[in-house]
Amino acid sequence: MAEERRIRVLMAKPGLDGHDRGARVLTLGLRDEGMEVIYTGLRQTPDKIVEAAIQEDVDVVGLSCLSGAHRYLFPEVVEGLRERGAQDVMVIGGGIIAKEDIPFLKEKGIDAVFGPGTPVKEIANYIRENAKRK
Amino acid sequence: MEMVQKMLAGSDLSLARLITLVERDAPEVPEIMGSIYPHLGNAHFVGFTGPPGGGKSTLVDRLTAVMRRRGFSVGIVACDPTSPFSGGAVLGDRIRMQQHYLDKGVFIRSMATRGSRGGLPRAARGVIKLLDAFGRDFVLVETVGVGQTELDIMEAADTTVVVLVPEAGDTIQTMKAGLLEIADIFVVNKADREGADYLGMELEQMLRMSSRESSWQAPVLTTQAINDIGTEELYQEIERHREVLRDTGRLSLRRQEQRKGEFIETIEQGIRARLLELVERDGRLMASLERVERGEVDPYSASMEILTNKTLLQSWLAELERER
Repeated sequence: MAEERRIRVLMAKPGLDGHDRGARVLTLGLRDEGMEVIYTGLRQTPDKIVEAAIQEDVDVVGLSCLSGAHRYLFPEVVEGLRERGAQDVMVIGGGIIAKEDIPFLKEKGIDAVFGPGTPVKEIANYIRENAKRK
Repeated sequence: MEMVQKMLAGSDLSLARLITLVERDAPEVPEIMGSIYPHLGNAHFVGFTGPPGGGKSTLVDRLTAVMRRRGFSVGIVACDPTSPFSGGAVLGDRIRMQQHYLDKGVFIRSMATRGSRGGLPRAARGVIKLLDAFGRDFVLVETVGVGQTELDIMEAADTTVVVLVPEAGDTIQTMKAGLLEIADIFVVNKADREGADYLGMELEQMLRMSSRESSWQAPVLTTQAINDIGTEELYQEIERHREVLRDTGRLSLRRQEQRKGEFIETIEQGIRARLLELVERDGRLMASLERVERGEVDPYSASMEILTNKTLLQSWLAELERER
């Protein structure tokens, strides 16, 4: 009687960056891949993102940042989720992120970084293969 | 169940996970529902429906602020449609409620309709109950409003608010009966737009002409949710409705009807799910199905063949028994 599991994704833009086209494209793209995407919009603080992720019990948090503040903001989200006991939530990032920063981000707990031009299917497949079953 | 105990003790993480289990119709659901049952009855459920783009989410956001100022805790269930093609959904109501994100007194959950034909996802009732058990004073449910699918919300809510916009003014005559009949409160939002007063008047006229019940005459309010105009009045009307329901005993009557509805619905769903499983596995049904698909026999005759076939039905029952 149990229903098919639907992957829930929180799409957020932390910080002051206002370029949301990528986040929107991915929101619609992941919907077309059968996922439920909660779009929280612009100017989110890390703690707001964490609260929303907890309440919505998402499998994935997608962070988009084009302003260069990812080294600070992304790990804050990971840390916040950990503190609340939600460390099994996948955190992925995108936007304008220097290649040199990727190892640093991964070390801080970001699972993957998908730069501009990444096909939506690739991101969807990554999520499907790696999201932890609750 | 440990997760339930944690939720009752105030853990929002546990609440969120329980909601996921209920949404997914996990095997633990009957146990969960059973353990929260004694903790129900505190919350007042308010449903919001109406055509898309009417400002329901913004209205819910401002109303929540009014309730918070008065010291009430709020649970919000915001529903959006599941794509019939991909099975996915964009849940974009929460984005209008930013001011409450860090307030522990407001819990917001977005739900996709997941194939439910009505305005509400199948699991919404269970989720509303979880929020009630969690201790919320008000549970606000916001749904996609299209056509006559609002019966779902009327049955689940204590107070139903129908949110319209001035552009609906000319089409009021053709508006489907269901939407107008279920409202306990009408709100004409975006009241700064042309046609707002006209729509309000039309509604009041229609309400005067019809007679539903004598204890409550649905008021017609005008609001500009985005500017927080009219939201205090909306809150007061909700409170007033709640008192009338209590004083006239209609609240307990509604709750009774809700319980009955849930009971029957849960049985129905259970049987339907089992039946679908059997259809897939039973060769005889498959054969009938193929004949119908090929056009050799019409669906009605074919189904009567099945429904009047005692031995077939009995063997199904036996199989269901065996499975347990």
